[in-house]
Amino acid sequence: MIGKFTLSAIAALGLAAPAVAAGGAGHVEDFEFSFEGPFGTYDQMQLQRGLKVYTEVCSACHGLQYVPLRTLGDDGGPHLPEEQVRAYAAFWEVFDEELDDFRTAKPQDHFPGSGDENAPDLSLMAKARAGFHGPYGLGISQFFRGMGGPEYIASLLAGYTGKEKEEAGTVFYENTAFSGGWISMAPPLEDGLVEFDDDSPNDVRAMSQDVAAFLMWTAEPKLNSRKEDGFVAVLFLIILSVLLYLSNKRLWSPIKRRGTDDA
Amino acid sequence: MAGIPHDSYEPSTRAESWLHRRLPVLSLVYDTLMIPTPKNLNWMWIWGIVLSFCLGLQIVTGIVLAMHYTPHVDMAFASIEHIMRNVNAGHMIRYAHMNGAALFFIAVYAHIFRGLYYGSYKEPREVTWIIGILIFVLMMGTAFMGYVLPWGQMSFWGATVITGLFGAIPFIGEPIQTWLLGGPAVENATLNRFFSLHYLLPFIIAGLVVVHIWAFHTTGNSNPTGVEVRRGSREEARKDTVSFWPYYIVKDLFALAVILAVFFAVLGFMPNYLGHPDNYIEANPLVTPAHIVPEWYFLPFYAILRAFTGEVWVVQLASFLTGGIIDAKFFGVLAMFGSIAVMALAPWLDTSSVRSGRYRPMFKWWFWLLVIDFFVLMWLGAQPAEEPYATFALIASAYWFFYFLIILPLLGVIEKPLPTPDTIEKDFDDHYPPDGGASAKSVAAE
Repeated sequence: MIGKFTLSAIAALGLAAPAVAAGGAGHVEDFEFSFEGPFGTYDQMQLQRGLKVYTEVCSACHGLQYVPLRTLGDDGGPHLPEEQVRAYAAFWEVFDEELDDFRTAKPQDHFPGSGDENAPDLSLMAKARAGFHGPYGLGISQFFRGMGGPEYIASLLAGYTGKEKEEAGTVFYENTAFSGGWISMAPPLEDGLVEFDDDSPNDVRAMSQDVAAFLMWTAEPKLNSRKEDGFVAVLFLIILSVLLYLSNKRLWSPIKRRGTDDA
Repeated sequence: MAGIPHDSYEPSTRAESWLHRRLPVLSLVYDTLMIPTPKNLNWMWIWGIVLSFCLGLQIVTGIVLAMHYTPHVDMAFASIEHIMRNVNAGHMIRYAHMNGAALFFIAVYAHIFRGLYYGSYKEPREVTWIIGILIFVLMMGTAFMGYVLPWGQMSFWGATVITGLFGAIPFIGEPIQTWLLGGPAVENATLNRFFSLHYLLPFIIAGLVVVHIWAFHTTGNSNPTGVEVRRGSREEARKDTVSFWPYYIVKDLFALAVILAVFFAVLGFMPNYLGHPDNYIEANPLVTPAHIVPEWYFLPFYAILRAFTGEVWVVQLASFLTGGIIDAKFFGVLAMFGSIAVMALAPWLDTSSVRSGRYRPMFKWWFWLLVIDFFVLMWLGAQPAEEPYATFALIASAYWFFYFLIILPLLGVIEKPLPTPDTIEKDFDDHYPPDGGASAKSVAAE
């Protein structure tokens, strides 16, 4: 009886996930990321590399309008030193409504929005796409592998086959991860395009993963502390549960006519 | 006050007497906490405290979120990101509110199905049941409007689809829809009124919860046997019951702690699992998402809404009989609201003289089929409206109505229930023998 109800509740959780979400039917590779699983955290160096890829490549068209520049210095993020954050901010121009003109950005400003109106803002992209689905809309895949947003981004960036076609004046590029198989964004990366200070690999696959990790951070900047808080809360509640279980058993034992030694 | 005979509150200090003569509030608290409760309640009776917790959680987190949220189409989405990034602990508060809604619905569905299995809705608890259904309906309204507030793609398009249902009502549908939305389409006026109502409704729910508790404190709790507590005298009542404090409060708190451990694991490790990625894209009236899917807790009823298409003979018949006033769209809306209405009518549809499903051999099968049906509908609600899902949805929807309108009335006539225990005390003693459990233990040892 109780077991069946509990099972039902668990099944409800499983069913709850969206059957069909954004992302489409392309092939998404299950890349390994450091922030996966209950204990996974961001790799600070990877976020810094991803920031570099974003800055030198993606930012030409795509913005990060919800991300304050100062958060680049936050613990649990790229964690740049304060001077570097200030120097990095000065790299950007933002529109100031009071001046009614553009000026050099300060750390308290946000990243600029997309320069190209056809290029979507990337702040939340890693949470706005699902890489994994099913099976049969049951949400089991997402339960074990995660929603797959960063995996989708990395798969997309590394998924160009090199084929092109032109339709109604627009060039489309074949991409194995993109829904429908043809995307209007030209392949943004090529091997060795961005040089990393720490001599990390800079082939397309490596850079795709680095920038996908960075975009996961822009979408979910509090992931590290959230997992810590969750862990502490779960630990505390398990201890509390044990204490309440023992209290309950002891309390009821005279009613159930069991000796207290039984407890 | 009517109810199970029990010791009533006596002021024990002079200060208490002083207050008691002027405002008997301590007496109210005492009578509420010390209420005699059947001593054989099982673990399915813990959902009440989980639901109370959820309501409190949603109100407290909601009030904090409202301090930082901006109900304007140009700023709502950005203000959510402000909460997620800049407000102290804002991300945890928002995730707690999001997933708190999910826990709320898991608990309410478990609570409702418990009532359906053990016949908690039956005489004399019809008022408790009706108020419960009313709370459930208000919860759905509140959750729906709350989901619109982040102003993501699914917020916007969900609101468009669901408010469109009202447009299906013949003659007066379109004026009603315009009135609800505050304009011809989902826009700033809609967002503002949804925010206002989303803040208001939880307090109406809280008021109804008080009435819900008041009602079952008057009739006494139901219990797994469905046999009433003896009320001849205090001594007799004492044999069937224990006081709510401390026995059930400690038991319920234990259950709550276990459930919260799971809840916080979801919150900490996978807070977006139950959400739609599309809602992290700002609402755009010009771009329709590929699949508009409501939140999981609406899916069973959404499946019923979509199940009745123009090809179904019942729909065609209804259309013919009403001269086309009831078309397929309106039929679907009627079916969706009807599926909740038949639940509300369960006290009068169920003709069996026995309350608890435990003693109803035929009922059990139909009940568990209904539970399976519920999950099948939930799954179908998220599938695209095409074959074979459409046929499945029609069968599953039909069973929902078949259970309430045919099975419940019929079983009372044809089913031969098993004998029920004479008293709650007897049922309890069968589980926990009065000889100190010696015989049961020795059996277990061998």
